Amino acid sequence: MILFWPVVIPFFTAILCLLAWKSTEMQKGISLAGALALFGSALTIFAEVATNGPFAAQAGSWPAPFGITMVADMLSAIMMLLVGFVAVCVVMFSFSDISNEEIHFGHHTLTHALFAGISGAFLTGDIFNMYVWFEVMLIASFGLLVVGGGREQFDGAVKYVGLNLIATVAFIAGVGLLYGATGALNMADLHAKLAGRSSEAAILASAAFLLFAFGSKAALFPVFFWLPASYHTPSFSTSALFSALLTKVGVYALIRVFTLVYDIDGTLMQPILIWGAVLTMLFGALGSLSQNSVRRVLGYSIITSIGFMIFGLGLGTPLAITAGAFYLFQDVLVKANLFLMAGATARLTGSELFARSGGMWRAHPALSLLFLIPALSLAGVPPFSGFWGKFLLVTAALEVNGYFLTFAILATGFLTLFAMGRVWAAVYWTPHPSGPRAITGSLGPSTLVPILALTIMIVAIGIDANTYVELATTVGAQITDPTGYITAVLGGAE
Amino acid sequence: MEIMLAVLAGALVAAGAYLMMNGKTLPYLFGLTMISNSANIIIFASGRLTFGKPPLVPEGEKYIQGAANALPQALILTAIVIGFGLLVFALCLAYRSYYVLGTIEMDQMHSSEPGTEANPQ
Repeated sequence: MILFWPVVIPFFTAILCLLAWKSTEMQKGISLAGALALFGSALTIFAEVATNGPFAAQAGSWPAPFGITMVADMLSAIMMLLVGFVAVCVVMFSFSDISNEEIHFGHHTLTHALFAGISGAFLTGDIFNMYVWFEVMLIASFGLLVVGGGREQFDGAVKYVGLNLIATVAFIAGVGLLYGATGALNMADLHAKLAGRSSEAAILASAAFLLFAFGSKAALFPVFFWLPASYHTPSFSTSALFSALLTKVGVYALIRVFTLVYDIDGTLMQPILIWGAVLTMLFGALGSLSQNSVRRVLGYSIITSIGFMIFGLGLGTPLAITAGAFYLFQDVLVKANLFLMAGATARLTGSELFARSGGMWRAHPALSLLFLIPALSLAGVPPFSGFWGKFLLVTAALEVNGYFLTFAILATGFLTLFAMGRVWAAVYWTPHPSGPRAITGSLGPSTLVPILALTIMIVAIGIDANTYVELATTVGAQITDPTGYITAVLGGAE
Repeated sequence: MEIMLAVLAGALVAAGAYLMMNGKTLPYLFGLTMISNSANIIIFASGRLTFGKPPLVPEGEKYIQGAANALPQALILTAIVIGFGLLVFALCLAYRSYYVLGTIEMDQMHSSEPGTEANPQ
């Protein structure tokens, strides 16, 4: 039953927020309570998976391949844990970031609808149900993107909506072809039915559709254009949510579908994923160097990180999948932290454009150091969490003698360091264009607590890496050998 | 019959893609509707097509022999409903963005890109 909580709680919170439409203060309280409850339910699921392994629940008690299955293995459980944690942090941050007008337009309602869609996509064991959760997530993200209604937001939203709708159509067409060829929608059932059929035309066509659909959601090369066009336009809270969780759902779906459903080992899909990932990394890193505004740089750095994760998936060895999963987990925290930090900084300096901000180091040295930690982690500098992700990926690439691939990872890391250095120099190091007294404000606890909490997690993962790498190893083992997942779904369910 | 549906799906995709590459928001959405309908037809065909076989199980039996699979039809219903919701949102967005941005030409929408007044280089 607990597997339905992460879906029910956000929907319930969204409804309560609607009922409290008139009182912005009440909406804030309900929203935070809902996020905490979501985190709590995620903790319960994680504890269950950590002690007893993967488990499943059948909606309406329909037996497994016929009804809709909700299932949690280690990958889903950790993703849910991160959703809960980021939800609490971002909702708290939004108290000082979101205006009352935006709350009246339904910011908190849409945010929780987004959480419901994300949680559903992470927990469902049925590919058509995953499509439905993607739609829930998508429509909520459309709303969040235009709440506020600025010129830039509409411009970004037109591109975001236009390109994401194509991906949606590809997703449903892929699911249709897959059902036509196998007669199954349950992913554990599909695993058995697709064994040894990976070269049939219908199966390949559906795999291509799904690769395009999830690749677009995850912003893989060459279908990433919607991301840098839109992620810098909404409020900082919204872009933090999008960058930390939304693109990761695409990555999660790629990992789930191309390990559990399709066996990509030795097929054409493998080189496509690997080289797509390498180009994603390099284009993201080069793109971030050409931008002159904090969130635009960070937008391209999301693309870079997606490349690292998909690289792990494409390589496909147990170590590579472990590395990709570890990178995925820590990147959720790093991205949330960077975008919240960008929001806090822009509030103090008055702008996120390089040309119109600066002087943070002089005015707020401690806060500036808080930017440095996620930025260095993103670039892969020890001892922060990103270093271990890159370390594992490089080890995995060297294991299969991929010297060029190793070079691509290291070069991307260097370019990212350079991009973060540019942000540091423009926003923190150089004086403010309006003189040294331009920065006068200070930040309240609702801004600082989430940033500190995320930073502490990043440092903790970096220093106590062994614990977290072991978790990622469990994830990698469950993905490469999904027996536990399949038994949980098809046999001996509740 | 399957061939006719396949040709229809292909024609819808072709017409839709042609409209989408027009570069204006409204034709883009019409094209998208055509493509999503062609996806629905693909799912419909994946459930197999049969003549004169209502999905009613004869008395005393457990299965119907040779009838179309009813599940894809249920899936299409879901997809159509979701598609309607998305289309309504997208139409509203196209309408609002015309008022806010003053154009339906997507090539002239630059407000969020560098090099404009709000986003200098």
